Amino acid sequence: MTAVTKKAAGDAASEIKSSHQRYKAGVLKYRQMGYWQPDYVPKATDILALFRITPQDGVDPVEAAAAVAGESSTATWTVVWTDRLTACEMYRAKAYRIDPVPNNPGQYFAYIAYDLSLFEDGSITNVAASIIGNVFSFKPIKAARLEDMQFPVAYVKTFHGPPTGIIVERERLDKFGRPLLGATVKPKLGLSGRNYGRVVYEALKGGLDFTKDDENINSQPFMHWRDRFLFVMDAVNKASAATGEVKGSYLNVTAGTMEEMYRRADFAKELGSVIVMVDLVVGYTGIQSLSNWCREHDMILHLHRAGHGTYTRQKSHGVSFRVIAKWMRMAGVDHIHAGTAVGKLEGDPMTVQGYYNLCRDTHTQVDLPRGIFFEQDWGALRKVMPVASGGIHAGQMHQLLDLFGDDVVMQFGGGTIGHPMGVQAGATANRVALEAMVLARNEGRDIKSEGPEILKQAAQWCQPLKAALDTWGEVTFNYTSTDTSDFVPTATPV
Amino acid sequence: MRITQGTFSFLPDLTDQQIAAQIKYALGKGWAVSVEYTDDPHPRNTYWEMFGNPMFDLRDPAGILKEIIDCRRTFPNHYVRVMAFDSTHQVESIALCFIVQRPKDEPGFRLVREETRGRKLRYTTQSYAVVANPEGKRYG
Repeated sequence: MTAVTKKAAGDAASEIKSSHQRYKAGVLKYRQMGYWQPDYVPKATDILALFRITPQDGVDPVEAAAAVAGESSTATWTVVWTDRLTACEMYRAKAYRIDPVPNNPGQYFAYIAYDLSLFEDGSITNVAASIIGNVFSFKPIKAARLEDMQFPVAYVKTFHGPPTGIIVERERLDKFGRPLLGATVKPKLGLSGRNYGRVVYEALKGGLDFTKDDENINSQPFMHWRDRFLFVMDAVNKASAATGEVKGSYLNVTAGTMEEMYRRADFAKELGSVIVMVDLVVGYTGIQSLSNWCREHDMILHLHRAGHGTYTRQKSHGVSFRVIAKWMRMAGVDHIHAGTAVGKLEGDPMTVQGYYNLCRDTHTQVDLPRGIFFEQDWGALRKVMPVASGGIHAGQMHQLLDLFGDDVVMQFGGGTIGHPMGVQAGATANRVALEAMVLARNEGRDIKSEGPEILKQAAQWCQPLKAALDTWGEVTFNYTSTDTSDFVPTATPV
Repeated sequence: MRITQGTFSFLPDLTDQQIAAQIKYALGKGWAVSVEYTDDPHPRNTYWEMFGNPMFDLRDPAGILKEIIDCRRTFPNHYVRVMAFDSTHQVESIALCFIVQRPKDEPGFRLVREETRGRKLRYTTQSYAVVANPEGKRYG
């Protein structure tokens, strides 16, 4: 038991046991109401949540933790007699442990247990409404962040999970033994359907497996969705015939209503697309519904985590992306953008590896340097393919393969379309770099240190790769990450 | 054209020494290696002919390389690929798959577009070699 919990355990202001005192009208401290239970041993069927809380000055951290437990379960600001009509002790969430955050004075990790009966089966929306519904605006805490959650396997099994999963996706696409390659069509806005399809054809013929609509490509005046779908699918099929490989393009079906999303997804299916995509901003219910649709129609579901940075990036307040990744595996997506570590967007390498592991593990173990606080049995839920996208290029291939392994989609948007010799050459450069690196790794070479040399050797016979390395070889995005583990002293070098 | 199925199609054709190194890697992972061949390399032709079962009990790269060479000798004008199967729970699928022989001339595929209602097209990928000749006589 930590110093903080010892102090609290000996505090007279702990749970009031007498029913008469406990339910007298008026206001009590949350821990007096039973939301602080330092001796509670979580049951195997409990859902656990870890919050990082920053109590207001002068607010006792134990009371703050109890308040978080209270406000995310049964409590309101005052005593209500109607509690006594219920099995209220079971419904109360229990804060059972509180630790100071290393090297962050004023912040505490609060562990809270919730009985399984508090949650609706198969609904991430219900989990979110319960766990992050109210409590983040609560006045006595300055800030709160949901760091991690653990779900009992009984609850995990109420979800269908990814409609396709890594293994089946690979079998369907006939692509094994290497990461998949993709590119987001650029510019994000303004291309007509016909021009857009040109980029798709060139990139796929040049060697990519996938192209992708960007998050904000929906159905704008410059390109209505039907036009995009029709031109893109002509490009996909033509590239497939030109290479003898299965190809795909994530058709973004994100729209204003569920009905419209279904309509777009149906059209994608009629045209023979192997994959559709949706943005995280459509909400958890929308994602679960589309996931069901995908399962029914043999479709891969790609999720673009649009909007997540508004609440995942800052360490003091919000929801960690590792929680979103867990929720999305349960909600049932096949691809999820999970960071690059080396590209243009936020991501400490070990923290990002933690997200990747949550997507791909069969059984996740506690791993504090990677930000994983809880073990998680995934109950044979299929695995999600993480996607590395945003400011990466062929010159980083050894780092990407070393960090993330084979089960990942690497997306080189600018790094394909911005190639000095054209889009096809850009795609070829990426594919050659990837295959050369996988071959070398399998041969037992240390790609982390020999990577640049391996790329240089391949560039001797592959002009597009040489041009890519000449253009971007030195480009790096070395900024300090904001979201790092508290259990390693500094950001881990790549 | 050059069919780019498999893990290493964008690299120059692998030498036997390079193939043996990949087999050594697969065996080191505990995977079972098998050899398959076809003269119908349609992207959705999943089931190439098996040149025997996966070699679950053969753990020697040289022995497996010999099987590959046998297969190539028996079917000199076919596509031949090497596959590695990973039986780990929740993988239980192919972990590596690469082409180790291809015909000298690859005519490739024709994309057939059938105009249907509206602007919708129905697409079919047809292999020139398969359309022209029966099995076994497609690549000379």
